[in-house]
Amino acid sequence: MLEIVSFSLLNGIVYGLLLFMVSSGLTLIFSLMGVLNFAHASMFMLGAYFSYQIGLWLGFWPALAIAPLVVAGIGALIERYGLRHVHRQGHVAEILFTFGLAYVIVEFVVMVWGRNPIENRVPAVIDFPAFLLFGTSYPAYKVLMMAISVGMFAFLYLAFRRTRLGLVIRAALTHPDMVAALGHDVPRVFVFVFAIGSALAALAGVIGGFALLTEPNMAAELGPIVFVVVVVGGLGSITGAFIASMLIGIVQTFAVALDFSLLDLLAALHLSLGRDSAFHELAAVKLSQVAPLIPYLLLVLMLIFRPRGLLGTRES
Amino acid sequence: MKSADVAADTAAPQPGSPLRAIAGSRLAHWLAVALTLLALPHLPGLDGNFGRSLLSQMGIAAVFAVSYSLLLGQTGLLSFGHAVYFGLGAYASIHLMRAIDAGLAIPMPLVPLAGAAAGLFFGMLFGSVTTRRAGVVFALISLGVGELVFAAMRILQGFSGGEEGITANRGIGPHPFGLSFGPQLQVYYVIAFWAMAAALALAAFLRTPVGRMCNAVRDNPERAAFVGYDPVRVRFVAFSVAAAFAGLAGGLHALNYEIVAAEAVGAGRSGTVLLMTYIGGVQHLFGAVLGAIAITWLQVSLSDYTTAWQLYVGLFFIGMVLFAPGGLSGLLLMHRPILATRALGRVLASYVGAAIPALLACCGAIALLEINYRRATQPDAGTRMRLFGISLDTSTPWPWLAALALIAIGAWLARLAAPRVKAAWADAMEEAAARSTPRKGAP
Repeated sequence: MLEIVSFSLLNGIVYGLLLFMVSSGLTLIFSLMGVLNFAHASMFMLGAYFSYQIGLWLGFWPALAIAPLVVAGIGALIERYGLRHVHRQGHVAEILFTFGLAYVIVEFVVMVWGRNPIENRVPAVIDFPAFLLFGTSYPAYKVLMMAISVGMFAFLYLAFRRTRLGLVIRAALTHPDMVAALGHDVPRVFVFVFAIGSALAALAGVIGGFALLTEPNMAAELGPIVFVVVVVGGLGSITGAFIASMLIGIVQTFAVALDFSLLDLLAALHLSLGRDSAFHELAAVKLSQVAPLIPYLLLVLMLIFRPRGLLGTRES
Repeated sequence: MKSADVAADTAAPQPGSPLRAIAGSRLAHWLAVALTLLALPHLPGLDGNFGRSLLSQMGIAAVFAVSYSLLLGQTGLLSFGHAVYFGLGAYASIHLMRAIDAGLAIPMPLVPLAGAAAGLFFGMLFGSVTTRRAGVVFALISLGVGELVFAAMRILQGFSGGEEGITANRGIGPHPFGLSFGPQLQVYYVIAFWAMAAALALAAFLRTPVGRMCNAVRDNPERAAFVGYDPVRVRFVAFSVAAAFAGLAGGLHALNYEIVAAEAVGAGRSGTVLLMTYIGGVQHLFGAVLGAIAITWLQVSLSDYTTAWQLYVGLFFIGMVLFAPGGLSGLLLMHRPILATRALGRVLASYVGAAIPALLACCGAIALLEINYRRATQPDAGTRMRLFGISLDTSTPWPWLAALALIAIGAWLARLAAPRVKAAWADAMEEAAARSTPRKGAP
């Protein structure tokens, strides 16, 4: 039991950190520009595919650095030559633009790498057991995933808190007009933030690509969960996004590991439900089957009982 | 089709225009639509099984898109989970059809009503939570509800049949007037009837006070509240009505395909209806019909030739968002003021002059995309392929160079033609303005 708990906890933390890397970029972009970026998970996917391709040419370590940079460039171009033009038509048009972009990026990926999952294996340099836990080894790449995400956040946090650029960005979050009046180029800050957010998602894609399945559908699978994280944590709150990521990551991982159903619970309470009962099918559903449903259930409950999210300061 | 009608609906009422004339023209428009719907499956090219099935699909898509247009266009609610109500309506209908197969005495054409009822029920159930907020938060919740219902449908195999779906037979049950509803033509007429009824009902709904308040809540919720209408309640009503019509479309889907699977509630379908409605134009209900027809036609006809049709639809959509936010209907209606001007001919001629090079560039781009697509998705099919009726070998550089050259030449010529379009348009608008000014003084 302790073995299951500790392994699930470790895996949950790794998954939660991955979610956080993607969702922090999304919430950063949202709070600065008010844009709900539907193409954000596509950046995650591009990161996975680019790192695979660059890894074939140059090896894993260069890919880890280059892929996010390339995606950052793409993000900057999208902001500068797409979003900025749609901005005048309001937020709905911006959402729709990124929504269309997500469609096109999926098809672009299909066009280059095909419709089937690619063999994005864990690179040999990081494919070894890191330590033993209850006689089972824990893979090193998962430790690396943790290290990279934690390191990235320490770096980002310091950059935001301690540098002049971080100061300008934080000021532009709340008072864009004043920042512009002081002579800072706010549109350029937008481009910069969009690029950073995209790069974060791509970095998550690089290290998440071989842990999950690298396929054209991966953006559509992850995207909604990232939105859930952002809403549950509170729109625009990075700390909230962190808590929500960990919560969803750990809860979902535990749910997958548990093979109980309502029927088992009833049996433990010495109750029984007839096979012909209308609720039999509902009660027979195992917790592990419900796991993909949990984030969305959390979202709906959150919106009913605490619409501004865990740490959000505003409702919309 | 319903163009003039719905347009007249949303336009400000002209002072002094005789009401009776409006009512008369309204009736004439609806009659014309009804006659068109009657005649369509007998027109050459559409009178086969393929044509009638295509028309049926368009009808279903049109009902769904019009219901979405009520949400996005009229009430300003951007939903990413509208297929929930479509799919649940479809499930309710297919279960009713199975009950009829088992002996329940209800004629099949009434089945879509069960879909509408299910759509209304779930719309009210989920809508009571989701419509409390508009804008971005509503969009996110709708996405979450959509994923929730989709995941639930995949789990509850007994009810939904999961990915494989559940089937029914529309040919069993009472046969009123000797109609068995087996042949596609009869199904088409059932769909056409319900589509017509839905369009009439929605147009009527928009003319009720609450329908008017939908527009007010979309444009300025605060002012709507000051007038005495609670925006949350107005949104809730609009959402429920839209869900009911989505459910109706789902019922038609069940009747037409005789199978419903989990993807009926999925994010893919929600995305498609958004694309359809926006490409058609959200300002007018008839834009949604236009978009549904155009995208269904693209889906059906393009998917025969290319696997990349989603890419083309996606690019088309982005182009619309960037350059024509009014959609196809917006582009068409833009020309209404200049219809009577003498400059109209010059405008159309300039369009032709710009369209030819633009088409050239498009052909080049399509060739480039198709060659790449083929290499990535069918690597075993060899390097020889046919494109636009021309046989080419993609291992040589020539097809690539030719495509790039087409794009470059087309783009260059289109740039040359653009100022002429602009000038002709400016002239036409000037003439139209000059014509309409003196009329303003008239009573």
